[in-house]
Amino acid sequence: MSTQDEVRERIDQVYRSDSRRVLATLIRLLGDFDLAEEATQDAFATAFDRWPAEGVPANPRTWLVSAGRFKAIDRLRRRATFDSTLAPALRLLGDSVEQPEIDDEQVEDDRLRLIFTCCHPALGRDAQVALTLREVCGLTTEEIAHAYLTPAPTLAQRIVRAKAKIRDAKIPYQVPTRSALPSRLSAVLHVIYLVFNEGYSASSGSSLVRHDLSTEAITLGRLLVELLPEPEAFGLLALMLLHDARRAARVTADGELVLLDDQDRSTWNRAQIVEGCCLVEKALTTGPVGPYGLQAAISAVHAEALRANETDWPQIVGLYDLLLRVEPTPVVELNRAVAVAMRDGPAEGLTLIDSIVRRGQLADYHHVHSARADLLRRLGKTNEAIEAYERALNLNMQEPERRFLSRRIAELRGA
Amino acid sequence: MRYLCLIYENEKAWETMPKDQADAVFGEYFTFTEGIKQAGQHLGGEALQPTQTATTVRVRNGKVSTTDGPFAETKEQLGGYYLIEARDLNDAIQVAAKIPSARYGSVEVRPIMDTTGMDGA
Repeated sequence: MSTQDEVRERIDQVYRSDSRRVLATLIRLLGDFDLAEEATQDAFATAFDRWPAEGVPANPRTWLVSAGRFKAIDRLRRRATFDSTLAPALRLLGDSVEQPEIDDEQVEDDRLRLIFTCCHPALGRDAQVALTLREVCGLTTEEIAHAYLTPAPTLAQRIVRAKAKIRDAKIPYQVPTRSALPSRLSAVLHVIYLVFNEGYSASSGSSLVRHDLSTEAITLGRLLVELLPEPEAFGLLALMLLHDARRAARVTADGELVLLDDQDRSTWNRAQIVEGCCLVEKALTTGPVGPYGLQAAISAVHAEALRANETDWPQIVGLYDLLLRVEPTPVVELNRAVAVAMRDGPAEGLTLIDSIVRRGQLADYHHVHSARADLLRRLGKTNEAIEAYERALNLNMQEPERRFLSRRIAELRGA
Repeated sequence: MRYLCLIYENEKAWETMPKDQADAVFGEYFTFTEGIKQAGQHLGGEALQPTQTATTVRVRNGKVSTTDGPFAETKEQLGGYYLIEARDLNDAIQVAAKIPSARYGSVEVRPIMDTTGMDGA
């Protein structure tokens, strides 16, 4: 391989490892997302031109930030000759050749600034997700559109609007203050978890798992833990790793859903489970435990059982009790009821689920009806079970789950 | 940067509110206003008369038409506003969150458009 090829390969490598860092810092220096994106591309193009002859600089990242900034100032100067409104932006940049100091700690802060800005609560949830995947993960608009089964122009417009709001409403490029951190962090965690879930359990369509999004979410989770080692960040990463460890066992080769009880546990990713369990420890010991840490702990108890009938249900019910205290929602109540059914028997679980439904909650949530159906089936109440499976089927959008429910109905009718 | 904080709340609630409670809310508003004045963030602000005093004006084909009341029936009505100076949206949100009505109704935070260079001159 020639030196030229080696340099090219090195640039590719730097692009993969550092292009998001370079972008994050350029957004701070230039104060504008679009300008910073163009500048990042320009910086790498310049590297392609110059590194083969001049050699790879000692600190490629600093070199790229500096090159990007100069290119942006060039661009603004050229545009300013046609558009006088750009003059203030140029003045703001100092219009000078003076190079701002770029130290590594600040660069890491820039990455956090970028995450918190993309997940700012003043942006809509869909916009937060799209912007995070675009800017923090570096996915193209087409890739995001494909993953969300959304037309690319719709997604592009969502991103354009979000950037316009950041600029026009002046959403600051900052890591939140200590006092605002808990609520702001929970917005970031929520976005990451949404991305993970869309990958893990796509909300519609024929494929049960869109793996790319799960992988992106786990990468985001790792980045967050590295930058901000908060208990709930550990908890979320643990939760995603533990769920994802079961990926291979969750779906058959022809795309059919396999329930936790029936999964071939030898195909679970043990290394990922070990890592997930370590992170659960950290989530439970580094501070007040939150919903992600508790859900991860529940997932860890499942993961530790080598056979389904060895599951420590009393411990799972105990963890759901704690979860219900920090997150008193009917969905958590439903999951607790299912765990109670496993510990104490289907009749006890059914009583709890029916009391949720009687309060008028979750009536349109398909999991309520499939959970009820399963307990009724185990109690031998075949007709009621069929009825509940049919309600679940009517409410469910996901093809593999629909096929699973249909199979159950056919089994009961045949019985 | 300037932001307009539009205060929306159920004006009917004021009609039925006991006097001591209403006085308490007025007191909170007074304290809030003094606070942002001292912080140099207060550029203006007023409370509005209820919507039954409102008139909606439209001009169509050069003809002025007026109708009684606000345009749409909503649960919350515009009841007042503050024009504030804030560093950025986070700062503006912090100010808006301290407006007493934010606890009962809602506050819409809108950045003021920069119209320099747009006067056509």
